Amino acid sequence: MAKDLKMDAPAETPYSEGGMDYLLTRQRKFVTVYLPLAAFTFILLFPFYWMTITTFKSNDDIYDYERNSPFWVWNPTLHNIKKLLFETSYPEWLWNTLLVSVTSTFISLFASVLAAYAVERLRFKGSRWVGLSIFGAYLVPPSILFIPLATMVYKLGLFDSRWALILTYPTFLIPFCTWLLMGYFKSIPFELEECALIDGATRMQILLKIVLPLAVPGLISAGIFAFTLSWNEFIYALTFVSSSENKTIPVGVLTELVDGDVYHWGSLMAGALFGSLPVAVLYSFFVEYYVAGMTGAIKE
Amino acid sequence: MSKSSSLKLLTRFNNNADLLGLIFMLPAASILLVFLTYPLGLGLWLGLTDTKIGRPGVFIGLANYESLFHDSVFWLSVYNTIGYTAVASVFKFILGLLLALLLNQNIALKSFMRAILLLPWIVPTTLSAIAFWWMYDSQFSIISWILIKAGIIDSYIDFLGNGWNARFSVVAANIWRGIPFVAISLLAGLQTISPALYEAATIDGATRWQSFRHITYPLLTPIIAIVMTFSVLFTFTDFQLIYVITRGGPVNATHLMATLSFQRAIPGGQLAEGAAIAMAMVPFLVAAILISFFGLQRRAWQQGSKD
Repeated sequence: MAKDLKMDAPAETPYSEGGMDYLLTRQRKFVTVYLPLAAFTFILLFPFYWMTITTFKSNDDIYDYERNSPFWVWNPTLHNIKKLLFETSYPEWLWNTLLVSVTSTFISLFASVLAAYAVERLRFKGSRWVGLSIFGAYLVPPSILFIPLATMVYKLGLFDSRWALILTYPTFLIPFCTWLLMGYFKSIPFELEECALIDGATRMQILLKIVLPLAVPGLISAGIFAFTLSWNEFIYALTFVSSSENKTIPVGVLTELVDGDVYHWGSLMAGALFGSLPVAVLYSFFVEYYVAGMTGAIKE
Repeated sequence: MSKSSSLKLLTRFNNNADLLGLIFMLPAASILLVFLTYPLGLGLWLGLTDTKIGRPGVFIGLANYESLFHDSVFWLSVYNTIGYTAVASVFKFILGLLLALLLNQNIALKSFMRAILLLPWIVPTTLSAIAFWWMYDSQFSIISWILIKAGIIDSYIDFLGNGWNARFSVVAANIWRGIPFVAISLLAGLQTISPALYEAATIDGATRWQSFRHITYPLLTPIIAIVMTFSVLFTFTDFQLIYVITRGGPVNATHLMATLSFQRAIPGGQLAEGAAIAMAMVPFLVAAILISFFGLQRRAWQQGSKD
């Protein structure tokens, strides 16, 4: 599906891989390529496997490795999932996370499209400087901003509300999206815009009717990336929200499912699994866009 | 007449790059100025006051930094952060590069492999950290169980109860999470290298190592520099993994500057002190960015690029 979309900027022509593969014997390739790759796959995916099977295990099996092999679910149960869905505020957290992520993503996309177009194409006075400072903003980590932001959020009366998150998430989303979109806009030929200008189109018309349709893959990349970044955000959500019904999934699962010193690993893993699944599903549909977004933001 | 002149005005307005640029920048700039630039300054100011939660503070100069200077826990967190970043970044680089080289081979199910290996980076860190927390459990750790069954160790490892064990455990979790990002980014760089170079080198009798050392590595350095800058930046300011797995324990052994800053500011209520710790991270970050920036510039110049 995504193959014919021309995901990448011009310089990117992937060469046919394994050009000299014929120099490797099959045995040697097995040892030098497939074996290490299998080890990587095992280590990188094992935590997810463990998370998933723990979710479906009964408490007897979770804490007893000797009776049955711990690597499989012998007596599958939906108990942990039922507990998560009906005895905790998980549905509310899911709704909050969705609401906050979608809203802040759209706010950021709107602001970023305009900013990226202005910096990349309008070339106003100081646009280069503005472009650089946006990149600089991307390098400011949330862990040095959360304390002053917490005092601001409190003074603005937004503490413990979704608005606190909707307004602060764009601080890391806008720099990222703008930077990504600048790369996409750069790859659109100037001549198209010049033709439109000669035909009497305004800048706004050019942006809406020529540049944006051509940058759709970039918009999707930026959008799903921004959505994922907001979904995964933790430190702001932990600091700015305190009541259970306003929490997001990462914070809710961690703070509400752990009570005291007793860890209910079954329901904790169910929470981790069900908090990860939405992004994992989204990811599975848009893998190419994720890769393009990640490598695109790096290459600029 | 007036209609056409107003139309003219509108056209001029529409095509005036400076004015239009200003308007287009407005939404992004206002959000970033209010919620990023201002808090950055506010953080600097808070660090110079004695603000606590629920009590506005007064200016006390560098007193917070002075007390931090004599605070052994703060210094422990600084050393932890540097060690955590250095060890994790080195391993992420080596393993990430290795994985990128493997994925660049002609293998079956290539794009599928690439997709599933990126998962640790896509999934919320907090939630995968909870999975690690469970795998590091002192009584039911599956890692210990496997090692015992394999006959490598005799008793369960106390992953999070002992200072050094806890440090290695969180570093391992961080490496696990960071490898896919490094690998996939470097893979994108590898795919732009022409196979003709390798063919020519092979004909000239170069070994695989020589091909890597003299073709792959030099052509990959610009991307390596950027990827590693980001990696160092995010590792240095890491918060989630530590907060979930150890909360800085046991006895502050795994506190990073970010988690200590949170600990003092939010549950501890000492906003000013927390802000001072956060600000103390800035010089390190600036140093990391400058090193990579100048490193990059030099390479751009070597490659004859003007910009």
